[in-house]
Amino acid sequence: MLNFIARRIAAGALLLVVISFLSYLLLSVPGTDVGRQLLGQGADQAAVDAKNASLGLDRPVLAQYADWLARAVRGDLGTSWFTSEDVGTAVAGRLPVTASLMLGVTLVTTVVSFLLGVWAGVRRGAVDRVVQVLGVVGYALPGFLVTLVLVLVFAVRLNWFPAIGYTPFTESPGGWLSTITLPVLSLSVASVAGVCQQVRGAVIDVLRQDYVRTLRARGLPASRIVFRHVLRNASAPALSVLGMQFVGLLGGAVLVEQIFGLPGIGSMTVTYTARGDIPVIMALVMLTVVGVVLINLLVDIMIGWLNPKARAA
Amino acid sequence: MTVTDAEAPADALLRVRDLRVSFPGKGRRAPRTEVLKGVCLDIRPGETLGLVGESGSGKTTLGRAVLGLAPVDSGTITFAGERIDQAGRARRRELSRDLQVVFQDPYTSLNPSLTIGDTLAEPLFGHGVSAREARARVGDLLDRVHLPADAAARLPREFSGGQRQRVAIARALALRPRLVICDEPVSALDLTTRRTVLDLLLEIQEETGVAYLFVTHDLSVVRFMSHRVAVIHHGEIVETGDAGTVTTEPRHDYTRALLLAAPVADVAEQRRRRRAARASAGR
Amino acid sequence: MSENLPAGAPAAGLPGVPSRDAGEAGVPPVRRGGAVRRLLRNPLGALSAAVLLLLVAAAVLAPLLAPQDPAASSLGDAFAGPGGAHPLGTDSAGRDILSRLLHGGRNTLGGALIALGIALVLGVPSGLYAGYRGGRFDAAANWVVDLVMALPAMVVLLASRAILGPDVRALMTVLGVLAAPSFFRLVRGIVAGVRTELYVDAAKVSGLSDARIVARHVLIVVRGPVIIQVALVAGIAIGLQAGLEFLGIGSGSAPTWGAMLNEAFQNIQRAPLLMLWPGLALGLTNAALVLLAGALRDGLEDRAGQAPAPRRAARRHGGTVPAVTIAACGDPADRAGLLSVRGLTVAYPRPDGGGREVVRGVDLDVRAGEIVGLVGESGSGKTQTAFAVLGILPEGGRVTGGSITVKGREVVGLPERARRGLRGGTVAYVPQEPMSNLDPAFTIGSQLTEPLRHVLGLSRREAARRAVDLLRLVEIPRPEQVMRLYPHEISGGMAQRVLIAGAMSCDPELLIADEPTTALDVRVQAEILDLLRRLQKDRGLGVLLVTHDLGVVADLCDRVAVMNTGRIVEAGTTERVLRSPEDAYTRTLLGAVLDQAPARSPWQPPKARSATA
Repeated sequence: MLNFIARRIAAGALLLVVISFLSYLLLSVPGTDVGRQLLGQGADQAAVDAKNASLGLDRPVLAQYADWLARAVRGDLGTSWFTSEDVGTAVAGRLPVTASLMLGVTLVTTVVSFLLGVWAGVRRGAVDRVVQVLGVVGYALPGFLVTLVLVLVFAVRLNWFPAIGYTPFTESPGGWLSTITLPVLSLSVASVAGVCQQVRGAVIDVLRQDYVRTLRARGLPASRIVFRHVLRNASAPALSVLGMQFVGLLGGAVLVEQIFGLPGIGSMTVTYTARGDIPVIMALVMLTVVGVVLINLLVDIMIGWLNPKARAA
Repeated sequence: MTVTDAEAPADALLRVRDLRVSFPGKGRRAPRTEVLKGVCLDIRPGETLGLVGESGSGKTTLGRAVLGLAPVDSGTITFAGERIDQAGRARRRELSRDLQVVFQDPYTSLNPSLTIGDTLAEPLFGHGVSAREARARVGDLLDRVHLPADAAARLPREFSGGQRQRVAIARALALRPRLVICDEPVSALDLTTRRTVLDLLLEIQEETGVAYLFVTHDLSVVRFMSHRVAVIHHGEIVETGDAGTVTTEPRHDYTRALLLAAPVADVAEQRRRRRAARASAGR
Repeated sequence: MSENLPAGAPAAGLPGVPSRDAGEAGVPPVRRGGAVRRLLRNPLGALSAAVLLLLVAAAVLAPLLAPQDPAASSLGDAFAGPGGAHPLGTDSAGRDILSRLLHGGRNTLGGALIALGIALVLGVPSGLYAGYRGGRFDAAANWVVDLVMALPAMVVLLASRAILGPDVRALMTVLGVLAAPSFFRLVRGIVAGVRTELYVDAAKVSGLSDARIVARHVLIVVRGPVIIQVALVAGIAIGLQAGLEFLGIGSGSAPTWGAMLNEAFQNIQRAPLLMLWPGLALGLTNAALVLLAGALRDGLEDRAGQAPAPRRAARRHGGTVPAVTIAACGDPADRAGLLSVRGLTVAYPRPDGGGREVVRGVDLDVRAGEIVGLVGESGSGKTQTAFAVLGILPEGGRVTGGSITVKGREVVGLPERARRGLRGGTVAYVPQEPMSNLDPAFTIGSQLTEPLRHVLGLSRREAARRAVDLLRLVEIPRPEQVMRLYPHEISGGMAQRVLIAGAMSCDPELLIADEPTTALDVRVQAEILDLLRRLQKDRGLGVLLVTHDLGVVADLCDRVAVMNTGRIVEAGTTERVLRSPEDAYTRTLLGAVLDQAPARSPWQPPKARSATA
């Protein structure tokens, strides 16, 4: 197991290096004159050149990248070209917002989709049809459209939740909850729909397995068979979908944070990519890739725990 | 066991010598698993050689190696005087005229989305037969395996296992081959269907003089079908001989155990065999 | 969130994971005809196809249909309601909403088309090649795909915009690249599966070239799922593009649905209805795409109708007897004390509302200490009879008539709870396929102790001790070690012993064994038969042995009942039935046995043979 984790972390590190290299290369290609952009059209060429030199932009791209990598490995992500903030600090300040969003969505998705999925898979009938319709709706509607509708109904019309803004948990747990509820709900609709379908399908599949029949023939109660044997065997495929949803969630967070005016990683991405602030973009790309790698690792570990055969392979 | 030259007929259609096949092990560093460990056998024109063994004995792999579907590590396979163990793709395609196969599972050996007619015409197209002639040949083939002519327009799932296996046999016969590898062709079939398919194979052999390599785990089937029988165990041929001799007076302990373990549909005889099996196991 | 690019298996039932909802008990209805016709027969499919056609037509004809220039603004008309020159009203800049909607559809759908085209061109051929040939290309392609799939599409698009500028076409090209892995994975997976199919081997042996095999056997399988994936990816591309426009980082001034939504959002307090039209257009398009994909999938599954597993599937029989027959139970004194079945009928519902009887009036008795064989070919109803006795018929199946008594107690119509009380403790089950009947996620020990603890109520330690005893009973060496193993770590023969141990765990009086040795090699079969014989002798068990093998019957059974198309055609002592069968079917069955057939005479050269013939 430790061997497996070590191998996966090494593969993840390699992935990080490759992606960071490609990103750096691509970001450096266009002819945007950063110095000119920072100093304005009125600045004289010498000042612009000096600015570029001070940012290291006069050197070859490969050297710039090597420099960036060397510092990044030591934990120094550089400073923003446009705001002169320390990138690490800026990102760290915004991480809790996005993290609470992700955590909330994962929690809601797991609980709701396992409950509904198992129910639909075991009972079939009307519940099953509801779940399937929900699946289509959740899958069909672009996430931000769902968000807009939720804002319109719950924030603008009913005024139950604020339409905009964020209260840190440390400031006021109640405020945090009320500012985070709508964003979490908007993001959860689609992921619940997807995972729920998967759970339902897996449950139906497992219920048809020969060993379930044999367990019934042994005289075990149905509830025990469902909650011990069916749930465990159906969890692995559901978990891998949950893991895949995470990549999409990061994208969804961009829109949702923008709509609700949440000061998270997502809205930061919009602001800084528009300006071409390479140190910040690099940090954001790295952060998302690390997140994806970690989530995938976690999912694989959990699947290995659930399924001894996968553990052996 | 090796085949001595005295046993090796000069007129063999298929000659396999010291054949070794292995597959990669499960893990990355795991050693390769040797499936065939130096197998020798011969089949003469029009002859049926029964190859009998348990699961994992390598019997199916042997058939696949002859067909070029499994990689050969070492040893030789000679067909009609020509080495074919390292034949390239193009040569393999030509060989398909002479060397055909009937697989075990009639449910997966036919493409579910192609009609029977398309499936049967497949080998013909591969060898430049015109569409019109192919259609006529398909009619003949269906007739030969006792299926109605209108079967050509239907899909495999409309047929029972036995009927599908007839289609598979017809496909193998399409190019008038000289050797057909029959890989457990009746194992997936019901008892009554099994008998009719075996009778069909015998009838075809009588008419066309085709040779069979008949791979099976069932001694009663192999005895009924084969002129000679080879018993394979852990990738090695442990005994070869005439069907009657091998299945009544086996020389090798393994063959004897196999023979005594297979129950027969006669209470008294089965009781006798059970005692014999116990006695020979206790020995 | 739907910005997620489908990763091969976005949701159950979508291509990667075909949902297997079609009732397993029946042969799928035989229907022919093209995919299009099947699609149109599905009302949702037809409707969504029509909606999509309409939307595409409107987008193509936008310049002709639009009443006004989409960019023409008149500030005086801002926020005008529907009516007059503006059928849907105007937006904050006084621009005509209908015209913007139509032109927006043109831009939105056009963009999605670019992304789809790129994704298909990149993903499908590479997937075909990697799946069919495997090897180094496959490994490299997979690595690249994993890399691309680790990137959140929205973040990459935002970064790309920083590089490429606000050019929708360029962004959609990037999106196409990001979506290509979903096609690659889908196609590669299917092709790698098809490559190992026996019919592909058969095609190779038939002398077909690789190109021809791909064209005939592979493309046909890939086609359907790819079309479905196209519909899904189109929906996602549209959603992502609209998302980008909504963020205000798309094409700038050109009208798109996303930009319209953005504009509406800016004025959400003042004119919330502005969101209605672009939102509706977007939702409708995507819903139609997803529903279309679903209908296509249903159509495909209907056609592919993978052959039902021959043994497991109960076959359809000719005559239908839908009426419930209540058996005349006769004199109770005639009935065996342990298990007695009279007039049992089992039926499965048919799609047309009727019932399909798979067991039709079966009478059967098993006494204590007796082994009774129930023999028949596939589809004869023998396994269904066994399941009915145990009360574990598959979904849909039910006992429609007759009586089953276990130790004199009627069990037909007994509530599930009381029925469960009999299972395990009085009646136990040994299944056919040893491997698939053990739960892969639990150790042998945990599976053996579970009924001991939860049916018999033993303590954990006591149950573990008993489990070890049981493994010893079925002659498994080193039982303490085997307890800790998982099912995939033991051989088939040992798994069957474990299942027999499990059946014996609550000390039953009646064992129902469904083809317990069919999946095993003959030498292992002989051992298992010996084990069953010994258990029966030592414990006075009654055994109902379901089998197709007359040799197994001769070896083990005291009495035998022969089943054909749902009925018992003949029953009697094994000796009598095998020696002098009375029924024609039994005779056919015995006639097909090759035990007594003479061995084939040795080969003779062709000339000699024709001389003797």
